[in-house]
Amino acid sequence: MDIKEYIESGILELYVAGALSDKENQEIYALLLKHPELLNEVISIESVIVKLTAAVSPTSTKHLFKAVKEKLGLNKETPVRPLHKPETNWFSYVGWAASLVIGLGLFWFINQNNELQEQLQTVETDKDLLEITLEKYNNDLTTSKQLITFLRDKDIIAVPLAGQAVSPDSYAKAYWDKKTNTVVLDVQGLPEPPKGMVYQVWSLTLNPLTPTSLGTIDRFSTDENKLFTIKNANASEAFGITLEPAGGSVSPNLEQLYTLGVVETS
Amino acid sequence: MQIEQLVSKFQNKDERAFETLYQMYSESMLGVIYNIVRDHDMAQDVMQEVFIKAWNSAESYSPKKGRFFTWLINISRNAAIDKVRSKSYKNSGKNLNADYFVDIIQDHDSLDDKTDAIGIKQFVGKLAKKCIEVIELLYFKGYTQKEASESLEMPIGTIKTRNRNCINELRLMLDV
Repeated sequence: MDIKEYIESGILELYVAGALSDKENQEIYALLLKHPELLNEVISIESVIVKLTAAVSPTSTKHLFKAVKEKLGLNKETPVRPLHKPETNWFSYVGWAASLVIGLGLFWFINQNNELQEQLQTVETDKDLLEITLEKYNNDLTTSKQLITFLRDKDIIAVPLAGQAVSPDSYAKAYWDKKTNTVVLDVQGLPEPPKGMVYQVWSLTLNPLTPTSLGTIDRFSTDENKLFTIKNANASEAFGITLEPAGGSVSPNLEQLYTLGVVETS
Repeated sequence: MQIEQLVSKFQNKDERAFETLYQMYSESMLGVIYNIVRDHDMAQDVMQEVFIKAWNSAESYSPKKGRFFTWLINISRNAAIDKVRSKSYKNSGKNLNADYFVDIIQDHDSLDDKTDAIGIKQFVGKLAKKCIEVIELLYFKGYTQKEASESLEMPIGTIKTRNRNCINELRLMLDV
């Protein structure tokens, strides 16, 4: 191959311009490795093109490199060395660690949430229970207030009922409002009646002794206050309480007379 | 240091090699880009992007494909042409004038610290029109020899020899 003729053909100028095909470029590269004169020629051509194109540049470029480095995240103090594998691994470890942390965090949050939901449910139930209790107390209070109002009425006749032979320790009280024909009976001083038996309240006139039933106290066990309101339209001179079989009796069993009290006549 | 070694280091992400190559070629790239874009700021941006791209895709260069300088100038021309075709460029109201690279060189009144610019300015004015045309197309516009022959309406062989003669003239002027 005639090196001089090859140079004179002008193909190397086109090679530097990038105006040749891939195939031609590869062929020339192979020749450059074999013939140093060809390489020198290419370097000379390239040098003149570098100068020519640089002359067209409107400004110097030295100061612009800093921005290039910054955009690439390159730093002069800590140059990035070609060993990139450990860095990649490090990043992936950090990535996995971050995922793990997020995963655990998420799990913790879900647990917390469930726990809070349960606590909320408990609190709701407690609130319902408290409301029920409050309503009960409100009712009790209303009842008590009504009772106090009733007892404080100046027309109320209080009748103490004393314990009798069958149960000397027993006692009771009757509060009689003649205007409304109402008797409130306080039987807290009576013992729990035996099974199958009930207390029966009697209105008595003394001369002659005539008992009139005012009814049985069926809810003795279940009523906490042991206060019962009964109707009494009789001209009672005394009140008595006897123990009778469930359902009550037509006439009182005087052997089972627990308490008796006379209405004081003013 | 041989250019081949420098490029090889650059491909292995050696920042010093990168900086050296930048100092060697950045003004040339800015010249090529400016000749297409004709706007200082835009041309600077594109040039910086070219070097960023070169760093990021350094492994795609192979000496078998051609000179490193040729690879870089190819990226620059493509980036500049992309810029000219972009919406932001069209919106900027720029008009591409038909001046050749030599006109730009001649118009430079302040050449500050630019490499060899003063010498070149003296000589390019002496270049024949036919030289200016062929150099413009082959080196600044990236035409293939076939495209250049079609554009200038002359045979491929003539393009080759004319270009060779024109470059030789420049080499004589610049003593390369």
